[in-house]
Amino acid sequence: MHQIVDRRLNGRNKSAVNRGRFIRRYRSQIKKAVADAIAGRSIADIDNGEKISIPAKDISEPVFGHGPGGSRELVHPGNVDFITGDELDRPPNAGKGKGSGASKDGEGTDDFVFELSREEFLNFFFDDLALPNLVKTKLTTLAQHKMVRAGYTTDGTPSNINVIRSLRGAQGRRIALSAPYRAQLKEAEEALEALLKTAPDNDPQVVELEQEIARLKEKIQSVPFIDTFDLRFNNRIPQPKRTTQAVMFCLMDVSGSMDQVRKDIAKRFFILLYLFLTRAYDKIQLVFIRHHTVAMEVDEDDFFHSRESGGTVVSSALELMDEIIRERYPTSDWNIYAAQASDGDNWTDDSPICRDLLMSRIMPYVQYFAYIEITADQHQSLWMEYQNVQAAYDNFAMQQIETPADIYPVFRELFKKRVA
Amino acid sequence: MKKRRILSDTSEWTFELIERYHAEIARVAGQYSLSTYPNQIEIISSEQMMDAYSSVGLPVGYHHWSFGKEFLNVEKRYKRGQMGLAYEIVINSNPCISYLMEENTMMMQALVIAHAAYGHNSFFKNNYLFKAWTSADSIIDYLVFARNYIEDCEQRYGYEEVEAILDSCHALMNYGVDRYKRPAPLSLHQEQMRQKEREEYLQSQINDLWRTLPGRHAAAGSVAAARFPPEPQENLLYFIEKHSPAMEPWQREIVRIVRKIAQYFYPQRQTQVMNEGWATFWHYTILNTLYDEGRLSDGFMIEFIQSHSNVLTQPPYFSDYYSGINPYALGFAMMSDIRRMCERPTDEDRYWFPQLAGSDWVKSLDFAMRNFKDESFISQYLSPKLIRDLKLFAVLDDDAMEKLEITAIHEEKGYRYIRQALADQYNLGSREPDIQVYDVDHGGDRTLTLRHTQYRRRPLGESLDEVMKRVSHLWGFGVRMETVFEDGRVELTHEARMEKRKLATP
Repeated sequence: MHQIVDRRLNGRNKSAVNRGRFIRRYRSQIKKAVADAIAGRSIADIDNGEKISIPAKDISEPVFGHGPGGSRELVHPGNVDFITGDELDRPPNAGKGKGSGASKDGEGTDDFVFELSREEFLNFFFDDLALPNLVKTKLTTLAQHKMVRAGYTTDGTPSNINVIRSLRGAQGRRIALSAPYRAQLKEAEEALEALLKTAPDNDPQVVELEQEIARLKEKIQSVPFIDTFDLRFNNRIPQPKRTTQAVMFCLMDVSGSMDQVRKDIAKRFFILLYLFLTRAYDKIQLVFIRHHTVAMEVDEDDFFHSRESGGTVVSSALELMDEIIRERYPTSDWNIYAAQASDGDNWTDDSPICRDLLMSRIMPYVQYFAYIEITADQHQSLWMEYQNVQAAYDNFAMQQIETPADIYPVFRELFKKRVA
Repeated sequence: MKKRRILSDTSEWTFELIERYHAEIARVAGQYSLSTYPNQIEIISSEQMMDAYSSVGLPVGYHHWSFGKEFLNVEKRYKRGQMGLAYEIVINSNPCISYLMEENTMMMQALVIAHAAYGHNSFFKNNYLFKAWTSADSIIDYLVFARNYIEDCEQRYGYEEVEAILDSCHALMNYGVDRYKRPAPLSLHQEQMRQKEREEYLQSQINDLWRTLPGRHAAAGSVAAARFPPEPQENLLYFIEKHSPAMEPWQREIVRIVRKIAQYFYPQRQTQVMNEGWATFWHYTILNTLYDEGRLSDGFMIEFIQSHSNVLTQPPYFSDYYSGINPYALGFAMMSDIRRMCERPTDEDRYWFPQLAGSDWVKSLDFAMRNFKDESFISQYLSPKLIRDLKLFAVLDDDAMEKLEITAIHEEKGYRYIRQALADQYNLGSREPDIQVYDVDHGGDRTLTLRHTQYRRRPLGESLDEVMKRVSHLWGFGVRMETVFEDGRVELTHEARMEKRKLATP
């Protein structure tokens, strides 16, 4: 009449569909929350999930119900000193809004908070960048592993059987299992030999010994040549791919015209580059250089949030980058990537200097250098000079960006060349 | 004291132990004549428990974002440790399915078996509302049918379309219940056969109602066309399913599915205090009986009493943790009180409950369980002693008065008043606004008119506007809400203009 069932193994992740639906439905709210999260987070920290909060009002499911007002009578427990006919003031919060009826179905005003997984978070991040699906998948999957040999196991697929090991085991087992019989056989044979010297062939003792010898030989024969017990399989375990280290230079113009919107675009570009590079390298370092008339190495917070500004001398940043490479990142040990974001406005005499710096001292040592010009205006001298660099070096990419959706083409330049 | 033959003395559970405990619990339940559906006890992981929890206890629910929302909510609170997972979920079906979570201790598993597999199960099987309104034999089949049907619609018409209909239906779920007609239980197979027929038949009916050619009485020159429906209808979803002018057959079927599920939950909404009280009373009684027989260890009992009293916590109204009356506490107190009145009646009990005093408690409790719902149960059985024990008092909050008034407290002259006020608190009729279909403009612009009859001058809540949009989405044309005030005045209180049907909901 009853049944006890173990259900623990089926139905994992059953509500994934419903969770997906929820996320799809609140797309726009979540997108906004993700955008806020990107602004507030450091580049290296972007690769995690995120807490998202949605106003409770937006996700409540409406039903017909009574509002405040009219007359209601409620029974409560725990009376201490009231007597019938007492009058009391209304509690302050019950007067208007949701207060009074709220407790019954828990209709509070708290935001609805939940956590996006890393995958979901990146999907929303990539959504704004309009990345092709192939690239999205590639960027969200975890670092590649390679399988390496790691000894032997007793279990595995036939194709992984290690013949030598298995046979060696079988031989050992055969020796061990047949040893007692061999000892007896040896004894019996010696006894027979001794006996034959004195007794005739048909002596009953001789016959008995001969039978014994035959029986022992059979026993030895019947120890199986190979047993499943002997099988050994090659064992392989995943090991992270050995990767080298990389450094990523972020160069940004912080002159007055680089406003918050432009900085955000630059940040998204840097993040994308970072995500891409973390797929190829185990360890990646970030160097932030900002400049107006002079360049400075700063931490990420200062990089994006400092308000200091002045005129523009782009070459100062390139000089500093060159110095840092020479001091800390010998090209023999480091893969060097750089991305430079600017609104393109530079002191006219400086632009040719930039070109020379790049051509002679930087481009030969870096894997890639991407220049993004965040502006809707006409290109100026810097762009013209950089075109020369692009012509000379394959690993130099430049692109103009007006909105976040334009970020990807630049990135793709970088990406395509690397594949080729 | 009898010789102890303890079942187990560690907190670890095993399948074998569960079997042994179950056998003992079943034996004791039999001694107390509990009659149940066969039990199917399933061991599940905490993730699966969260799943079960967030699909409102439907073991095979259709997909909907609101279940996802619920899941995220449960998961978050569980992970932060703000909420222990419900250690019991039980499905009103035959066999009756109860879930045991793998993290539970052996004591907990035994408690849940006694509580769910014998307490709730016997309630589902014997309470009159459940007998009249749910078909335990076919519910799982029906849910499977519903899920497949909705999945099929999603494939055909796109999940957004289906979701929009479901959203609108969910808003009216509480108004999708028949209170006077019992639906015939159908098997999955019958359901599928009937579904096709229904589709064709319904469409022909609707064509009839919405015939555009002048009808016979128009020809006869009658001025006032008959109101449709002739009598107000309380089942909004049913009315929409049968008469909405613009719905496709598959949309009607979805309305019907939500209606059926609402119907399935209808008895549960009306028997919360009784159902929890009954199950709690029985886990308490069964485990105590086993302890008295020497089958449970002292350690087991101490752990049990702790969980048991946690469930029964009832903070007073002035506590920070107060959130209304705890149905477990009230229900358990009432059930135990009935037993007390049968076994050890006082003069007061003899005066108030002559039929209980001195009667066989098992029979009296069984009678109470079978024949009442929360409202009538409280108005029948809440005793003066319990009103005193819980120190109940009634507060009147009338917006025409400047202050709140204490209308009754736990004293001689207040007992009847409090009992009635508390019973009324559990009356669905007063908890939910009375809204019915009043009229359809079937000769003109097809506007649907609903009527809200005010109860104690209470207006409709702030989500009215949103709900009306959804009604209009289902109806396909404008919807008006009229309010009938206590003095008989009728006023138009809200109007939802026709929403574009294809419009995605917000």
